[in-house]
Amino acid sequence: MSIPAPTSVRVERSRDTARGISTSLDANGTLVCNSIELPGRLGGVSITLNQNEVTAICGPNGAGKSSLLTSLAGLVPLASGEVRLDGELMASLALDDRARRVGYLPQQAELAWDISVETLAGLGRLPWKLGAEADRAAIDRALGAMQLEDLRHRPLSKLSGGERARAMLARVLAGEPCWLLADEPLANLDLAHQIALLDHFRALAGQGLGVVLVLHDLAQAMNRTDRVVVLQQGRVVADGAPTEALSEAVIAKVWGVSARWLGEVGARALVV
Amino acid sequence: MTRPIPLLLLGLLIAAPLSLLAGRVWLDPFAQPVPNALIILTELRMPRAVLALVLGAGLGAAGAAMQGYLRNPLADPGLFGIAPGAALGAVLSFWTGLAGTPWVLPLFALLGAGGAMALLGLIAGRTGSALLFTLAGMIIASLAGALMSLAISLSPTPFAMSEIVTWLMGALADRSWREVWFAAPLTLVGIALLLRAGRSLDALTLGEAAARSLGVDPRTLQWLMIAGVGLTVGAGVAAAGIIGFVGLIVPHLLRRTTDGRPSQLILPSALAGALLLLVADMLCRVLPLQSELRLGIALSLLGAPFFLALLLRMRKDLA
Repeated sequence: MSIPAPTSVRVERSRDTARGISTSLDANGTLVCNSIELPGRLGGVSITLNQNEVTAICGPNGAGKSSLLTSLAGLVPLASGEVRLDGELMASLALDDRARRVGYLPQQAELAWDISVETLAGLGRLPWKLGAEADRAAIDRALGAMQLEDLRHRPLSKLSGGERARAMLARVLAGEPCWLLADEPLANLDLAHQIALLDHFRALAGQGLGVVLVLHDLAQAMNRTDRVVVLQQGRVVADGAPTEALSEAVIAKVWGVSARWLGEVGARALVV
Repeated sequence: MTRPIPLLLLGLLIAAPLSLLAGRVWLDPFAQPVPNALIILTELRMPRAVLALVLGAGLGAAGAAMQGYLRNPLADPGLFGIAPGAALGAVLSFWTGLAGTPWVLPLFALLGAGGAMALLGLIAGRTGSALLFTLAGMIIASLAGALMSLAISLSPTPFAMSEIVTWLMGALADRSWREVWFAAPLTLVGIALLLRAGRSLDALTLGEAAARSLGVDPRTLQWLMIAGVGLTVGAGVAAAGIIGFVGLIVPHLLRRTTDGRPSQLILPSALAGALLLLVADMLCRVLPLQSELRLGIALSLLGAPFFLALLLRMRKDLA
């Protein structure tokens, strides 16, 4: 497997020293949304996400998965409701502060210019102002974690799909965020790379990162995440451990497909 | 990857003195002094050279920033409709017969540029979306173009009409220190604003959503782009008429010498734009033609084949 569990991504971030912003202790390590609404897309979603967990957002097309993710990332103005990061109101955070704490990987890996892997990872450092030395160290850590050291000078156009996906993730990791929000990170990856990437997300969560993924593959969500939030027409219809949130009853109700889970917990397969 | 900045500075160091000597009257420092050499040098050649450097730098920087902002290697500073707006202002000054009065033409042109900038901000406003911005720019450009044609067709005298048409072709001939005094500060402020936008343009490489997640405020960026491109291009048109292609060609030639980030392209493009305009203007002066070749025409003659070559290469890459 091309992506081993990371050993070098440091989660002891220079967070508090760099930000110098007090966070209320009881709410530390959470990303909360309180009845957020986006007209036509989200109708009053309330969830509390925890760091140290991999949370999957699942649902049929048009259920509002991507809208929920961008709302959690603080990227869209909400019609009503609020998102709180460690107790602080997301909308009132300084842009750089928010960018340092919440990393966002969009669904489409857009890249306007053909830059090298290293330069791409360097873009993840834009919100930081700790100097070139700290930037270089963080870039090295991110490239190391994604096993991209040998490709660091290679332009993105010369990478395979899997390498490209890793490079895009390295860009987010170089920013050393507390939260990693990724929109369908498994799209266009072969099975081996999907598993490797999910294992990597697990490892990051183990190190204290909060990981939130929009996933289409229900089996991957079932086997490789800690928690699943199921959306339907802009509302949360199930939220909890994968075995409960993705029960056969929920799948029948939300996706309209009668399917059965086979196999043991942790290695289940969905049979339609 | 080569470092283009020292090379470009060297080129400017060689070309600048040369451009002071070259012209219809060749000033040879080692030969018998030409009559009025000092006046030719200080009142004709020097303001012209400084203006070429300043305007070229502005156009190069604006082109590099525009391509970064629109994430398109074919973007040109003219796309925002600011140059046509400025040109419309200038045309109106001819039309009203006030162009002969000192300062009126550049003032009208700058007002035109300011009007185009305000319209851009109003139409695209609030959203910060680059697509809306481009469309707004196209609307403004076509409106200004239509109004310009209207003004030309209704021009009070044939003389005014020929004045307008000649002026629109863009040239640095017969420019004085007066043009330098208003164009240089405006252009330099514009370039400074564009350099400030560099970091946000780098983030925009990843698309608008990712850029926002990296802390970019699209509205601030849009404001910087409007003001930066508006000042550089507006001052350029006010001083010299429409000079195309510099902002398109220069960033393109230099992109491969950088690591691909738009921020790294702005300063080299400013230097290369200055060099290109200086050399092109010098060539216009020394070419043995009946009347001096207009700079705007010369650059278009150079630019069209370049643009074609670019498209052919892109077509090959796409195939």
